[in-house]
Amino acid sequence: MSSLLLSTLALTCLAAGCSGLNPPVDPPEPQTLPPSPGQNGSGEDVPSVDVPRALGLFSVDYHHVQAPFEIVLWIMLASLAKLGFHWSGRVPAVVPESCLLIMVGLLVGGVIYGVRHSAPPTLSADAFFLFLLPPIVLDAGYFLPGKLFFENLGTILWYAVLGTLWNVLGIGLSLYGVCLLCPASLGDVSLLHCLLFGSLIAAVDPVAVLSVFQEMHVNEQLHILVFGESLLNDAVTVVLYQLLESFLRLPSVSGPDVLLGGCRVLVVGFGGLFVGLFFGLLAALTSRFTPRVPVIAPLFVFLYSYLSYLTSEMLHLSGITAIVTCAVTMKQYVEANVSERSNSSIQYFLKMWSSLSETLIFIFLGVSTIQDVHMWSWPFVCATLLLCLLWRASGVLLLTAVVNKVRRNKVTFRDQFIIAYGGLRGAICFSLVFLIVDFPKKRLFITTTIVVILFTVFVQGMTIRPLVDLLDVKRKKRALPSVSEEMHSRLIDHLLSGIEDVVGYWGQHYWKDKFEQFNRTFLRRFLIREEQQNRSSILRVYQELERQEQGERETAVQAKTVPQTNSRPLLPEEMDSIRRILSRNLHRFNSRIPAYSRHTLHQDTTRTLQRHRSLGERDTQVEDAEFNGLHSVRSGLRRSHTVCTSPTSSIPEEQAAPKHGPKKHLSFDIESE
Amino acid sequence: MGSNKSSVQNVPDVQELIQETGFSASHLQRLYERFHLLDRDQMGRLRVQDFEAIPELAGNPIGDRIIGAFFYPGKDSVDFHDFVRVLAHFQPTDSNTKRKSEEVYNSPNRKLQFAFQLYDQDQDGKISRAELLQVLQELLGIEVTDEQLQSIAERAIKEADLDQDDAISFEEFKKSLEKVDVNRKMRIGFLS
Repeated sequence: MSSLLLSTLALTCLAAGCSGLNPPVDPPEPQTLPPSPGQNGSGEDVPSVDVPRALGLFSVDYHHVQAPFEIVLWIMLASLAKLGFHWSGRVPAVVPESCLLIMVGLLVGGVIYGVRHSAPPTLSADAFFLFLLPPIVLDAGYFLPGKLFFENLGTILWYAVLGTLWNVLGIGLSLYGVCLLCPASLGDVSLLHCLLFGSLIAAVDPVAVLSVFQEMHVNEQLHILVFGESLLNDAVTVVLYQLLESFLRLPSVSGPDVLLGGCRVLVVGFGGLFVGLFFGLLAALTSRFTPRVPVIAPLFVFLYSYLSYLTSEMLHLSGITAIVTCAVTMKQYVEANVSERSNSSIQYFLKMWSSLSETLIFIFLGVSTIQDVHMWSWPFVCATLLLCLLWRASGVLLLTAVVNKVRRNKVTFRDQFIIAYGGLRGAICFSLVFLIVDFPKKRLFITTTIVVILFTVFVQGMTIRPLVDLLDVKRKKRALPSVSEEMHSRLIDHLLSGIEDVVGYWGQHYWKDKFEQFNRTFLRRFLIREEQQNRSSILRVYQELERQEQGERETAVQAKTVPQTNSRPLLPEEMDSIRRILSRNLHRFNSRIPAYSRHTLHQDTTRTLQRHRSLGERDTQVEDAEFNGLHSVRSGLRRSHTVCTSPTSSIPEEQAAPKHGPKKHLSFDIESE
Repeated sequence: MGSNKSSVQNVPDVQELIQETGFSASHLQRLYERFHLLDRDQMGRLRVQDFEAIPELAGNPIGDRIIGAFFYPGKDSVDFHDFVRVLAHFQPTDSNTKRKSEEVYNSPNRKLQFAFQLYDQDQDGKISRAELLQVLQELLGIEVTDEQLQSIAERAIKEADLDQDDAISFEEFKKSLEKVDVNRKMRIGFLS
C-alpha cells in the first residue's frame, strides 16, 4: 500500500516536472539552419542537419514524445490511484470511488500548482465530449437491461424530458430572482444567463450516477429509472443549452424561436435515435460476416458505436442517445453472430475503457478545481445548491404522483426519495460551463458549477449508501434465474398475452409479441448467421447454467489435479487426447502451416480436426466437443447431442462423458497454443 | 355508449358478480361488450370456435391451453360468469382489500394455481415429466432437438422436485417461483 502511494507521488512529481518543462524551455535550435526557401528556386530544401557541437553519450529529447508521454502518465496515475483504493478493503465501502478520485485529482492539481505557480491543465471540453464520454455511455448502453428499460420507458422519458424542463425553468427563474435581490454583486447576470446556467446545472449526469449506483445494488426498477433518466435527459439538455446559447447571441428572442426550440428537442432526440439505429443495424450486419476473421469482430462494435456518436455530434443531435441506441440495437445480433471469445473480449474492453474514462474524468475534475479563475459569491452559490435540491425534489414528487396513476408498479416514496437524492451532477455540467461564451460573470458560473458538482458527488454520493440501508430500499435480486423460473416466466408471459388477446386489450404484451414476431421473421433472419439463429431464452439460460456449473467443476478438478499430476495414473481418455494432441502437433509441423498467425487462429484447428474425423464414433464425439470448446468456451451440450444417437434413458450418462472431454482438452489446448 | 344490449342492466346478476370477483361495474360492462363481440352466434355462451377465431391467440404457443382454461371441466361452453371468473384472476392483487385474502380470485395463490393448471392437464395435482415436456415443446417449438428438450426438462425437474417423486407438486411450483413477483407479472390493467 505504501509502495503504491510512493509510486503515485513519484508519478505526480514527474508529471509536474514534465509539464513544467513546457513553455519556459525552448527546444534546442539546430546548429545549422537550412538556407531560406527564397534562395532555392527549385524548391528543394537542403535538409536541416542537427549537428551537435560535441558527440554526447546520452541525450534527452522530451519534445519528441511529449504528448503521448503525458497522456500515458495521466492514465498511469489514474490507474494506480484506482489500484490503491481497492487495496484497502474498508475505504471503498464507505467512500465511493468518485470521491476518492476527485481527492487525488485535487492533490495532484495542488502539487502541479505548487510546482509551476500557474494553473494545471484543465479538462478541455473537446477532449471530454469526444474521447472521455463515449466509452462510458457505450458501456452503459451495451449492458443496459433491455427488457426492464423498455417496460419503464414511458416513465423514464417522463422524468427525463419533463423533469429536466421543470428543473431548468425552476432553477433558472429562481436564480434570476436571487440575482435581482442582490443587484450589487449579481446585477449584471441577465435572465438568459440564468436560464443557460440552469440548463447546464439541472441535468443529472450518467457518469456520476453510474459510479455511485453500481456499488449500491438497489432494486432494478429504481436503478433503471435513475440511470435511464440520466442517459435520456441528454437530448433535452443539449437542445436547451444550444438554444439558450444561440438566444444569447441573438439581439432579441421571440415566440416562434421558443417554439422552434421545442420542435428541436424532438428532432435532436429522434435524430439521435435514428442515427443509433442505423449504425446498430449496420454493425449487426457486419458482424454476420466476421466468422473468418474473428479477431477483429470486437473492433467493429467499437467502431460503429463511436461512428454513431461522432455522426450525431456532427449533426448537432444527441450523441448519447445515438450511442445508447446503437449499443442496444446491435447487442443481441452481435452476441449471436460472434464467437464466445470475441464476446468476452468485447465485454472486457468495454469495461476497461469505460472504467479508465471514468477515472480520468474524476481526476481531471479534481485537478481542474485548482485554478486562478475562481470568483466566489455567497448568495449565488448557496442559492444554487439549495435550489438544485429543492427543484429536483419537488419535480420528482409531482411527476411521480402523475405517473403512478398509469403505472402497474407504483414508485414508492422511498424510491422517490432515492431518485431525487440520486440526481448527481458531474463532468458534463463542468464541460458545458467552460463552453459558455465569455462574459463578466463566467468565472462565477464556473466556481458555482464546481461547488455543486463537488457537493453532489461528495455529500450526496457518500450519504446515499447509508440512506439506502436506513430506508430499507428494496435491493437487487440474485443474478441468474433457474431454468424452471425462466420457463414458468415465459409461460406466464404467453398466458398474459393470450388473455390480453381474449380481452381485446392492446397492452404491453401485445406490442412485445408483435415486436418479437417482427424480430424473428425479418431482423434475425437477415442479421444473424445461419447456424446461430436458434436460441430461445430458455435454452440460453440453460446453457449458461450448464456452463457455470462446468466451470465450477473444472476449477474444482483443476484444484485437485494440480498437486497430484505425477501420482495419479492417466485415464484412457486423457491418454487418447495426449496422443491426439501430439499427432496433431506433428501434423501441424509437417504441413508447414505457420504456428501462429493472427488470422488463422481457429482455422488451424479446424483443418487438423477434420483429418481426425475418420476416427471412431466416440472420438468424433469428443472431438466435436473439443472443437466446440475452442469456439464457445464451455458449451458442451450442443454438438455432443447432435452426434449422440443413443436412446433417451442413457442421456444422463452421455452427458457426463463429453463434459469431461472438453474440460481436460481445454487445459491442454491452452498450453499447446 | 353503445346499444341497449350491452348496458350493465342486461348483465345477469351484476351485483353478485361484483361481489364475487371484485370487478367494478364499468369493468364488467366492458367485459360484457367484449363477450358479445366474441359470441358470434349470439347464444350468450362462448364455444371453442369462438375463442379460436381470435387471430392473435392462434399464434400463441400455448393458445390451446389458455382456451382450455376458460372451460370448466365437463362443460363445453363458457357463459359470462365463467368468463369473468377466469379473468378475475388477472386483477392486481391489492385491489380487493375488503375481502379475506385467500378467497379472492386474484390472490397470489389463486394466480399461481391458474398457471399450475395450465401445465397440469390431467388435473392430478402434479406436473409429471411428460406434461413438462409437452409444455417445453410448445414453448420452444422447433428450435431445439429432442435431446436438448429432455435435458432441459430433466434440469427443471431436478431444480424443483424437492421430495424426489419425479413430478412437480403445487407447493414445489410455488417455491420455484418465489423469487418472481407473480402479482406484478400476472395482471392486466382493465382500463379501456
